[in-house]
Amino acid sequence: MTPTDGLTREHGHELLLDMLRIRRMEERCAELYQKTKIRGFLHLYIGEEAVAVGAMRALTPDDAVVATYREHGHALIRGVSAEKIMAEMYGKQEGCSRGRGGSMHLYDAPTRFYGGNAIVGGGIPLAVGMALADKMQGRERVSACFFGDGAAAEGEFHESMNLAALWHLPVLFCCENNLYGMGTGIERAQSETRLALRAASYRMSAWDVDGMDVLAVEEATRRAAEAVRSGGGPHFLEFRTYRFRAHSMFDPELYRSKEEVAAWKERDPIELFRQRLRDAELLTDDEDAGLEALASDEVERAVAFAEAGTWEPVEDLERFVLSEPAPQREVAS
Amino acid sequence: MTVTTPDRPQVAPESATATTTYREAVREAIRAAMRADDRVFLMGEDVGRYGGCYAVSMGLLEEFGEERIRDTPLSESAFVGAGIGAAMAGMRPIVEIMTVNFSLLALDQILNTAATVLHMSGGLFNVPLVIRMATGGGRQLAAQHSHSLEGWYAHIPGLKVVAPGTVEDAGGMLAPALTDPDPVLIFENALLYNREGPAPDPERPVDLVHAAVRRPGRDVSLITYGGSLHKTLEAAEALEQSGISAEVIDLRVLRPLDTETVLASVAHTHRVVLIDEGWKTGSLAAEVIARIGERAFYDLDVPPARVCSAEVPLPYAKHLEEAALPSVERIVAAARKVVGGG
Repeated sequence: MTPTDGLTREHGHELLLDMLRIRRMEERCAELYQKTKIRGFLHLYIGEEAVAVGAMRALTPDDAVVATYREHGHALIRGVSAEKIMAEMYGKQEGCSRGRGGSMHLYDAPTRFYGGNAIVGGGIPLAVGMALADKMQGRERVSACFFGDGAAAEGEFHESMNLAALWHLPVLFCCENNLYGMGTGIERAQSETRLALRAASYRMSAWDVDGMDVLAVEEATRRAAEAVRSGGGPHFLEFRTYRFRAHSMFDPELYRSKEEVAAWKERDPIELFRQRLRDAELLTDDEDAGLEALASDEVERAVAFAEAGTWEPVEDLERFVLSEPAPQREVAS
Repeated sequence: MTVTTPDRPQVAPESATATTTYREAVREAIRAAMRADDRVFLMGEDVGRYGGCYAVSMGLLEEFGEERIRDTPLSESAFVGAGIGAAMAGMRPIVEIMTVNFSLLALDQILNTAATVLHMSGGLFNVPLVIRMATGGGRQLAAQHSHSLEGWYAHIPGLKVVAPGTVEDAGGMLAPALTDPDPVLIFENALLYNREGPAPDPERPVDLVHAAVRRPGRDVSLITYGGSLHKTLEAAEALEQSGISAEVIDLRVLRPLDTETVLASVAHTHRVVLIDEGWKTGSLAAEVIARIGERAFYDLDVPPARVCSAEVPLPYAKHLEEAALPSVERIVAAARKVVGGG
């Protein structure tokens, strides 16, 4: 575990709060799914919160983020409001994608959050292209791309690793290795399960990180992002993590044992970090309760916002297929 | 008589300015776009040192350098996806895919990302990307280099699909494609690269909206696009010799289709033959005929006809390939039958 030496109270509280914000929002999402307020596919990030929370802190507002269909946490921590995320999951037009994307396709322009991609590996070339644009225009920005271990078996993963390394592009590859591509365990899907080694074969710096340790994630991502930003070419981080919930709400979890899940829950990133803050005397009971209250309040506000949201008129169905003439805004660059 | 209107592209008069080749017209259009806007760059397999598989980009590397004439590895999905990402981050990429069959390796990016991002994001992010690719048969390249899948792509909402059939369009369509806020796919029939014709005239910019009446006529509408345009014009000449006046419509823009120009032609010829290098089943020709059926059924004197590619992967042997593709003879025969049955 990364030592808490030097960690300030404020910093520790922010990290814990951010993990709680994701956890409480998603627990509520699961309930709302049972109540049929949220439909379609819903992929929960519960158990993996330390990755998004630690990694996002190393990015600046100018950087780009490309994520997957398990991206509620990334969007929230990147700065998309819980209200807009929840309204999107409800399918309301006040949602961040006007209800056209749903849980798997959260987008936001001000925070440069480019989805929400439900094709495994499909977002990786996109991040490479954004990095190419930055390099060609002389901007010192990082394009951070999140994807799972399953993506490492896709051709787009390998094509993109090669291209990014060949062209020395400022991409930060953030692989969230939760050991399963849907229901197929990594040892049944990958000939080499140490995914950082795969990236290293493309001659980029790559290493694995304890994805349950938010401080380790933050530290590793800072190191990698700074190297990328200062012209060091693409970097690859393999975050070892675990999904506590089912793949989606339709998953009976026949492919893994309860014992395995229970063992990983012993390393719950929130409980681990909470205990460490307490051990270091950086968190009191009152403070802890205060953080919990903040997280819960945010979720309740988000649900109220989504409930009060409105349905886009059906007459607008065919909008946003092609750009509308004016005032079509140029994408922020 | 003519159904043409001034705002629609016409056949350039024979006396028009200089002539050039289709290949050079595309090259000069790329050159002009890159000189005018430093956000524009060309990326694809062998576009740089090799000069382009069809020599379209020959000489551009020397003028613009490796950053902007960018040779890629054989990674269609990655470099098309990178084009999408670069477009979303402020660049104006022209991505060249060597041939339409290879574009299938990038179909995920084209369909699942380029065509959908604007909609999935509720209008937040558009993709101002141009993809050019060679298409079509007739060069004995067999079944993995010869198909015409323009109609497939024209099925997809979120894309614009164009098929320049003339030298003027080959050069003229790139500029409006680059200023378009959405992804535009340009299909260049490889048999056209050596064809000569009037050079694009900057005074007559082309659009990505209208079909063109390439030849006015009275008795039958021959509706086509891309590589079949010249075969169709030749067929119209042959028909003229036997007293049949054929009107030739060049669709030019395959998505969105200019249905009005098609219907206006059918309204005065009352007979229609579609010529489409795609396979007949589920073809663009089928879509055009369906639209005529929906909106101009009673304008037709006889059932419509189609000249499409035979339903086989294109064979290598010359006589078999020729038999599979639309030909002047098949177009003439189909037109005669339609007119004779009227």
